[in-house]
Amino acid sequence: MNTIFALAGVVIKELYRRKDFYVLFVLTALITLAAGSVNFFHDAKIVRYVKDVCMLLIWVSSLLIAIVTTARQIPAERENRTIFPLLAKPVSRAQVLLGKFLGCWLATGIALLVFYAFFGVITGSREHQLPVLSYFQALWLQWMMLAIVIAMVLLGSIYFAAPSSTTTICFIVVVGILGIGGHLDSIALQQPQPFQFILYLVYFLIPHLEWFDLRDFVVYNLGVVNWLAVTLASLFAAAWAGIFLLFAWLGFRRKSLNT
Amino acid sequence: MSVIVKTEKLRVEFTSREFHQATKVAVQGLDLEVQAGEVFGFLGPNGAGKTTTMNVLLGFVPPTSGAAYLFGIDVRQPIARQRIGYLPELTYYYKFLTAEELLRFYAKIFGLSRAETDRRVDNLLKLVELEQASKRPIKSYSKGMQQRVGLAQALINNPDLLILDEPTSGLDPLGRMKVREIIERLKSEGKTVFFSSHELGEVETVCDRVAIIHQGELKVVGRVGDITRQHHGNLEKAFLEIIGYQPQPAT
Repeated sequence: MNTIFALAGVVIKELYRRKDFYVLFVLTALITLAAGSVNFFHDAKIVRYVKDVCMLLIWVSSLLIAIVTTARQIPAERENRTIFPLLAKPVSRAQVLLGKFLGCWLATGIALLVFYAFFGVITGSREHQLPVLSYFQALWLQWMMLAIVIAMVLLGSIYFAAPSSTTTICFIVVVGILGIGGHLDSIALQQPQPFQFILYLVYFLIPHLEWFDLRDFVVYNLGVVNWLAVTLASLFAAAWAGIFLLFAWLGFRRKSLNT
Repeated sequence: MSVIVKTEKLRVEFTSREFHQATKVAVQGLDLEVQAGEVFGFLGPNGAGKTTTMNVLLGFVPPTSGAAYLFGIDVRQPIARQRIGYLPELTYYYKFLTAEELLRFYAKIFGLSRAETDRRVDNLLKLVELEQASKRPIKSYSKGMQQRVGLAQALINNPDLLILDEPTSGLDPLGRMKVREIIERLKSEGKTVFFSSHELGEVETVCDRVAIIHQGELKVVGRVGDITRQHHGNLEKAFLEIIGYQPQPAT
């Protein structure tokens, strides 16, 4: 575990030394400003609208951070050849993958925590209530969803040479799943065979990222989700992240290290 | 004496994606043994298969057939690399880290305790004369300084076997002297050093035995003195004769 944590630490260090975190803080400031204006309008609809926009911004920026950061990890190791002195130590390729996964996941977790903390404090102070558990569930499930996304991007980065290809393809896939993944079964009902079968198959085969979206619970103050559902969703995320990491390892273990 | 590095009928082939899947044999039937405490030079012209052999020993490239062992452990097992240090030809390190952070990172990989890490990092920074620059990011270092960081990271686990790939290439005379001093110090401590180099004068000075490889095949292996005596000259003359170099007459 020492090796995995050491690698994760280097990923986090690289992230803030590459100034990515400064972008994060600018975004955080924007969110704070937007959320800070919540109660000036004195209109429930506008308040909800502003909160909705803030939550969307949190989702988009955390997805971007996760995908862009993860996509360059393995290609950069190969391109800069830093993988050579690393693998000359008693480090396996599986440990490299797990270290990269953990580093990216923790880094996005820190980013999310900062986003939610600012958002929660500002909206809470304006609305005179702070539904901590509701915010915690939304944050936790979003972080779990990002575990799936990060593992998927790591898998992509093994097979696509350029980080830009991995970033674009993964972003399209993630946005596609979030946008229409949950509706595929109802779309399938309106299709003739064999398209109906294919759409159903896709519906049951994709990781349903939209299940982790608790934005409405935060925006409309709908209360807390059943904890059993949260636990099951977390297990679902762990299983999918595990599957993606397994396939990433299968591809990476025999891959030539030269670019 | 125990065998530290061993290859048995090692063969490595590469299939080119271009040129109609042509197969290139990089190393063929290599049998090599390096004994404990030896300074062993691995020589050959460019493209002879030296780096490929080193890459197999370090687990970067799987052999097509045959086997390679470090300390009797198959090189495909990461644990085989627990007691080795590796210095690549060029400086491939995380350049956003400082020298101290890089050494601490590798120390953590080897599972060293905090106290042991502090002691070794201090000693190594002193050894490679980077104490003053230890808090600066590696990207701000000169090439010689980066090479010295490389040497320090290769020694962080106090290795029993040091694998050096052209350790003095691109270094100034002072840097070369430093590397030579370190190799000699390791030798006096009973460590094994396996290194490739084109600096034959240097090899002649520090190596106990050498192997010469050409076009993937082992041409000769033996004590430096024996080889130079057989060829009635220095190591450079012997090397050129062994690889079949014919000097062109001056026109």
